[in-house]
Amino acid sequence: MKPTDTRHPDYYHKVVDCQWACPAHTDVPEYIRLIAQGRFTDAYMVNREANVFPGILGRVCDRPCEPACRRTRVEQKPVAICRLKRVAADHKDEFRARLPKIPKLRNGRKVVCVGAGPASFTVANDLMPLGYEVTILEQLAEPGGLMRSNIPSFRLPQSVLDEELGVIVGMGVDLRLNSPVRSLRELLEKGGFDAVFVGSGAPKGKELKLPGRAEGGANIHIGITWLESVAFEHVKAIGGRVLIIGVGNTAMDCCRTSLRLGATDVKVMARKPRQFFKASDWELEDAEEERVEIVVNRSPKAFVVEGGRLRGMMFDVMEYDLDARGRITAERMTGEEFLPADDVILAIGQENAFPWIERDFGIEFDKWDVPKVDPVTYESTRPGVFFGGDSAFGPKNIIWAVEHGHQAAISIHQHCQGEPVTARLAPGVTLQSRKMGMHEWSYSNDYNPAERRLVPHVSLKERFKKLNIEVELGFTPDQTADEVQRCLNCDVQTVFEAKLCIECDACVDVCPTDCLTITHGGEEADLRTRLKAPAKNLAQALFVSEPLRQTGRVMVKDEDLCVHCGLCAERCPTAAWDMQKSFVHWPHAEDQPAPCHPQVKTA
Amino acid sequence: MTFIPKPKVRHPSLPKNDLGFTRRDYEGALTTLCAGCGHDSITAALIEACWGLSLEPQNVVKLSGIGCSSKTTAYFVSGGHGFNAVHGRMPSIATGANAANRELHYIGISGDGDTLSIGLGQFCHAIRRNVNMLYLIENNGVYGLTKGQFSASADIGTRAKKGDVNQQAPIDPVQLAMTLGAGFVARSFSGDKEQLVPLIKAGLRHQGFALIDVLSPCVTFNDHEGSTKSYAYTREHYEPAVQADFIPFEREIKADYAEGEALPIVLHDGSRIVLRKIDQGYDPTDRIAAAAHIQERLKANEFLTGLLYVEPGQREFHEVNGTPAGPLNRVPYEKLSPGSKGLEKIISRYR
Repeated sequence: MKPTDTRHPDYYHKVVDCQWACPAHTDVPEYIRLIAQGRFTDAYMVNREANVFPGILGRVCDRPCEPACRRTRVEQKPVAICRLKRVAADHKDEFRARLPKIPKLRNGRKVVCVGAGPASFTVANDLMPLGYEVTILEQLAEPGGLMRSNIPSFRLPQSVLDEELGVIVGMGVDLRLNSPVRSLRELLEKGGFDAVFVGSGAPKGKELKLPGRAEGGANIHIGITWLESVAFEHVKAIGGRVLIIGVGNTAMDCCRTSLRLGATDVKVMARKPRQFFKASDWELEDAEEERVEIVVNRSPKAFVVEGGRLRGMMFDVMEYDLDARGRITAERMTGEEFLPADDVILAIGQENAFPWIERDFGIEFDKWDVPKVDPVTYESTRPGVFFGGDSAFGPKNIIWAVEHGHQAAISIHQHCQGEPVTARLAPGVTLQSRKMGMHEWSYSNDYNPAERRLVPHVSLKERFKKLNIEVELGFTPDQTADEVQRCLNCDVQTVFEAKLCIECDACVDVCPTDCLTITHGGEEADLRTRLKAPAKNLAQALFVSEPLRQTGRVMVKDEDLCVHCGLCAERCPTAAWDMQKSFVHWPHAEDQPAPCHPQVKTA
Repeated sequence: MTFIPKPKVRHPSLPKNDLGFTRRDYEGALTTLCAGCGHDSITAALIEACWGLSLEPQNVVKLSGIGCSSKTTAYFVSGGHGFNAVHGRMPSIATGANAANRELHYIGISGDGDTLSIGLGQFCHAIRRNVNMLYLIENNGVYGLTKGQFSASADIGTRAKKGDVNQQAPIDPVQLAMTLGAGFVARSFSGDKEQLVPLIKAGLRHQGFALIDVLSPCVTFNDHEGSTKSYAYTREHYEPAVQADFIPFEREIKADYAEGEALPIVLHDGSRIVLRKIDQGYDPTDRIAAAAHIQERLKANEFLTGLLYVEPGQREFHEVNGTPAGPLNRVPYEKLSPGSKGLEKIISRYR
C-alpha cells in the first residue's frame, strides 16, 4: 500500500464522518464545540454558512450525519447532531450584522428562481451578496415550498420558517407570491433574465389506481396535496378511522396530522416488513409514540365503496422469503383482509411534474420525463437553465436541496460572468494545530461516556389540542451540556510526520481503541489482517505512513474507531503525532473569482 | 483538557482470551514515565503476554525495587498483587512470597541500577536458589530518576547526554546469569514486541528462575547520538539469534517449520517453546557454547537477542527444599502444628 496522501482534500474530510455525510458539508464538530462554550450565535453562523437554514434543519433535517457518526461505532447511539443544531438556532442572538453586505451597486445580472423552496432560497442567499438581482416566483400564497406545505407545523413552527426565509428576502430578493409560471419559454423570452433556476420541487403525489378509486374519491386523498390543504387551512377535519397507504416520511406526517384533525384510529399500511420501511427511524418512533398502528405485510387490493361512500379497503395479506442478507427472494399472498375506514390517504411517493416546460426549445427530458441535468453543474441541456432540489433528480430532502442551490449558484455566477460553468474551484482542507502545552489541547479531548440525551416532548394529552403545538421542546441546558461532550471531535485530526518517529511504540500502546500499529508494509487487504485490532470496516480508510527511519516499517492507523483523544500525540516524545483541526473549504459562489477581476481564471 | 487518563472506551471487537477478558482488562494505572520511555513498551508487552496466557489477575504478583523501572508494576494487571520493595531488595521479597505461596505467578521488574548495583547480590542469590519467577530487567544504561548518570550496564565508550564518556566496563546480566547457572536466559528490546511477548510468556511458564534482560532506551537521558542504548543504536546493533515461539499446551503446532530449523522445547506443563534459529551457528541449549557466542558478538558490538539459553527440567526452589505441595496458607493446622509429642521429638533431635 502506498503512503497515504493526506494532502488530498478528501482524506481528512472523510475522517469527519458527519461532515462527509452532510450534503452541504456542515462543520458539525466545530459548531458543537461552540455550543459547548455557550457561543450559540457563532455556532449558528458556522451552520448557516453551509446549510443556510439551521433553525429549520435543526428540526426536520433528514440527518444523514447521524447514522454516519463515529459514536455509533464506538457505542450505539450517534451524537444528537440535529437537535444540537436546533439549540444553536433557538439560543442565538442577533446575527444579521454578520451576514454579507448586499452591494448597493448591482452587477446588472438578473436571475429568476421558479418555486420558493429551499433550493431557490439558497441560490438567492448565495447570489444576492454578489450583486445579482434575484427574483423568486411562487405559485402559492406563502414562501417555503414543501417546508411550509408538507411539513406539519407541529414539527416545524411557522415562525421558524418565517424568520429564516425572511433573512434572505431581507437581502432584497424580489419574491413574487401567487405567481405560477405557465410557460418557461415565455419566462425566458419576455422576462429579461440572464439565468433561470428551476426549484419547483416534485409536487405530484403518486396515484393508486385500484377498483373503487373513482367512486370513493371524496374520501381518498393524495398525501402531499392533503398536507398542503391542511397547511393552508382548506382542510380542517378528517374521519375517525383513517388508513395511510405507504410508510415513508410523508406517511408519518399524514398519520400524525390526521390525529390532530379528529381521527382516533389511524393505521399506517405497509406492504413489506419493517426493515424495508422508507421512513426515518425517529419519525416512526414519533408516530408510534402517538399510538399510530403500523400494519405490515398488507398490499392494497381495492377501495370498498358502498352506497357511494368509502367504507374501507381490502388488502392482500403478504408473506415474504428472505435470504441471508435480508433481501426478498419470493413473495406470496396468504389471504385477504378488510379494514374499515372513513378516509384513506395515499403516501406512496411523489414525482416531478413539468407541464409548464415546453419540450421543443432545447431542454431535453429522459425516458422517465425528467429533465436531463448535469450532476455537477446542475445545468440542463439548455445553457442558462439550471435545476435543483427535488426538481433536479427527484425527491430527496431539504439538506440536499440546499447543496443543489449552492452548486447551481456557482454555475449561475459562472454563466452570468461568461465563464464556463465547469470551471469550478476544487475543495480544499487546511490544518491548524491544537497543541497548547505538554499535555494540553485546545479542545475537550477526554472521552465522555454519557449516553444520548432524549429531547423532551409535549405530553400526549396536550399536544393534540391544536394543530400547531410543536411536539419537540428542544434540549434543556443540562441536556445540551451533556450531549455536546459526546462529540468525538473527529475534525481534530491525528496528523503524523514519519521522519520524526523513533518507533518507541508509545502511541501504539496508549491508544484506547487500538487504532495504531507499526508493521511492515504490504497490500491493504494483507495489512488489515496484521493490525492490533480487527479493521473490518472497509468504508473507513487506513492511514499508511512513509517508511519509518529506523526500521523501514510503516505506521498504520485504522481511522474507523479513533476517538480523537489525542493520547497518541500526548505520549509522543518527538511530536511526530499532532492534533490538528481540519477546516474543509467547500467552495460557494462567493469563493469563485470576483466578477470585477475577470482576468483571474481557474483551470 | 489536560492530562487525561486512558479512556475506558475500547475497540468493540477486541479479541477475548479464555477467561473472556480483553487486553484492556490487564491494564493498570496510566504511566507517569516520560513519553516514549522504553519501559512503557515493556509494560504493553507484559499486558499482552498476561492476557495471552489467560492469567487470572488475582494470581499475578508484581514485585519491584526502586527506580523508573520499578514503577512499571503499577501500570499493568491492576487486579494483581503488588509489592514495591526497598532498593535492590526485590529478590528477597519475591523469594519469601514464593516460598509461602508457590501457586502464584511472580513477575519481578527491576532496572539496571536496582539489579546490577545495589541489588547485585540479591539478584545472584535469587538465581542460585532458582526461585520460580520471571525476572525482567528494564535496562537503559542510565539512572534516569536522578538525571541520567551512567549505570553499571553502561558500555565503555558510551556518551552521556552532557558529553561524558564512560570508561568502566559494564556488568552484563545475561553473562552473569549464564555463569550462575540460570535455566532461562533471554535478551530482548523494548521496541520489538514480536520477540518480547513470546519470551515473556515462555518465561512465565518456565519452572524456575527466568531472566529477560530488555534493552529499554531512556528517551530523556540516553537517546542521543553517541549513546549505545538509544533506539537508533540498539536497532542497528541488535541481532536476533533465535526466535522463540511460545505454544501453550492446549494448542496444536500449526506453524510450518522447516526441518532442522525448529527446536521444540517442552516445558513442565506440556506447553512448548519452539526455537527458530536465525543465527545458524548458535545453540541455545549448550551453555558453554552459547556463553562463548554471546561474548564474541558483544566484542563485535552486537547485542545478541532472543532466548539465548534454556534448560528445562532444572530443580527449582521448592523441589530443592522439599516444601509442601501447595501454598502454606492451605496447609491444615494439624499438619502445621506437630503437637506437644511431636515437638518433643523434634527437640530431641537437637539434644
